[in-house]
Amino acid sequence: MTTPAPSRRGPAEAGRSGMWARDLLTEAFAGLFGRPLRMALTVLGTVIGLAALVATLGLSRTAGNQIIGRFDELNATEITVLANPDPNGDPGPTIPWDAPQRLSRLNGVVAAGTLSEIDVGDDLVSASPMRDPRRRTDFKLAVEAASPELFTAIRAKLHSGRLPDRGHEQRGDHVAVLGPNAAEQLGITRLDGSTAIRIGDQVLTVIGILDEVARKHTLLSAVIIPEGAARSLFALQAPQSVVVETAVGATSLLSRQIPLALRPDKPDTLKISSPQPPQQLRAGVSRDLNVLFLMLGGVSLLVGAIGIANVTLVSVMERVGEIGLRRALGATRRHIAGQFLMESVTMGVLGGVLGASIGMLVVVAVAAYQSWTPVIDPFVPLLAPVIGGVTGLLAGLYPALRAAALQPVEALRSGT
Amino acid sequence: MVEDSPGIDDERLVEAAVPMVELTRITRRYGSVAPVEALRSVDLEVRTGEWVAIVGASGSGKSTLLNIVGCLDRQTSGTYRLAGVDVSTLNDRQRAGMRSHYLAFIFQSFHLMAHRSVLENVTLAEVYGRRPRTGRQGRAHAALSAVGLEGRTDFLPTRLSGGERQRVAIARALISGPKLLLCDEPTGNLDSATTQGILELLGGLHDKGLTIIMITHDITVADRAERRLRIADGKIAGDG
Repeated sequence: MTTPAPSRRGPAEAGRSGMWARDLLTEAFAGLFGRPLRMALTVLGTVIGLAALVATLGLSRTAGNQIIGRFDELNATEITVLANPDPNGDPGPTIPWDAPQRLSRLNGVVAAGTLSEIDVGDDLVSASPMRDPRRRTDFKLAVEAASPELFTAIRAKLHSGRLPDRGHEQRGDHVAVLGPNAAEQLGITRLDGSTAIRIGDQVLTVIGILDEVARKHTLLSAVIIPEGAARSLFALQAPQSVVVETAVGATSLLSRQIPLALRPDKPDTLKISSPQPPQQLRAGVSRDLNVLFLMLGGVSLLVGAIGIANVTLVSVMERVGEIGLRRALGATRRHIAGQFLMESVTMGVLGGVLGASIGMLVVVAVAAYQSWTPVIDPFVPLLAPVIGGVTGLLAGLYPALRAAALQPVEALRSGT
Repeated sequence: MVEDSPGIDDERLVEAAVPMVELTRITRRYGSVAPVEALRSVDLEVRTGEWVAIVGASGSGKSTLLNIVGCLDRQTSGTYRLAGVDVSTLNDRQRAGMRSHYLAFIFQSFHLMAHRSVLENVTLAEVYGRRPRTGRQGRAHAALSAVGLEGRTDFLPTRLSGGERQRVAIARALISGPKLLLCDEPTGNLDSATTQGILELLGGLHDKGLTIIMITHDITVADRAERRLRIADGKIAGDG
């Protein structure tokens, strides 16, 4: 209990300054949890930022996967049959007229319809019976001949009117269905039973206007006529292609069966094609969505970081007296900076953990509501606390330096 | 309660009885355009185990003197040796080490952390200076017991009276085993009855060999010290 008298010593013998890492953690946590409401409000900014980041990344992956899934579904269930020129020079028809009926008997075929491009030469298409020299009334439009089953195979939706049936086909009725773009170009907005168009000198009654198609998007800008009319008016010799919608997983087997079903005598004269998976499109869609949502998440995170920096700076100003006391007790500038940095990093990590959890819940909730499959990169929720910590570190840097720069005397005086 | 600091050779300490505080021609000047001299060529020697009271009017320079002695501020010129160490040559980190191992402070406004318990406020003094964590709680309990607050360890400072808060501050000062206790108006916020209690406590510490430097406005408080210095206009005007 007695105090020994001092001897003369140099700087090397001055008392050591230092701090155990565990003490630093304890002091930082005590500084944070001593004011729980303030900490909660400060962390809220990071939570929102990282929840937005995780949610947007997760939703972009989920939505992208959904979009790509739709593409995949269409591609995985589509086969197109084309007529190859006969290598022996036989000019006879390659695809039979009853191709849809033959293919519908195959297991795995959902719908099949024939489609042919009609060569109308220089003939133009017009909706007006009279030629008006003051405005353009004639247009160069694609004319396609289709079997009634084709509309099912391409998942056509009707805007108005009706689709041609087997009766139109067999009777060779002079009727037509317009793609929506073609109808708009011709100025036809509604059907009253007497709407007609001319293809060259041939007059056809418009019985329907399409709204959209899932396949063969060129038909949106075309005039589609039944094959019966195509045979009588434009001398169509044979169908040029068959569009087949299959059940999922049936394309491979059907690709081998279809040539034999259509031309058992000359299966080689048919070319079977199914579109390749759109890898580039898939990557593009995913990339575009990610860039968009990453920007949104980044902005949210920046707002969170500004929140941490702001509150930490205010906290430094409010805790000037505490800083002065710690300096008087032997804390170095590094100890003071370290404690404030540790506090802001802790807030960032905490915000990251909470934000990742909330973000993942949002992804699951949205996916459940939309009946989608939630997809999230496993690194995103794991990375969120790291991003939060780095954000806290950067946000706390300036306030920590401000705290460390305070002179002990000034801090003690102004913090009483 | 008072312990030896690490790195100090006891034999050498005993054989060489150098002053605890040795100020030589200390000057402290503020500002550069119109400089104000808070201390003017002050010479002061405080022996180990002395209790010195510094009195003086506001602005006389006594707080500046205490801040320099406490390694919280640097003199503009002159030499300061604390326990034989030339503090003038130390860098910021080494001065922090000196504060941690040699010095302790008691302030007029207590400087307790409101959201930490009494026990945590006391152990805070052991956080810096790489003191062993083992036994820290025991040392804090002993320090609180020494100031008569053994039953208040889990209280928040806001639940204590002014006198009790100052006792917590004294316990915090004692836990690290300082060589020199610096008191800045330790009874300035206390009533006369509580003031007597605190002075009794300081007297007990002095009796055990602790060196104390105390600044005060109150002559009756200063009379409890064994030596009184009067400071005026940045100079020591009286010593006795």
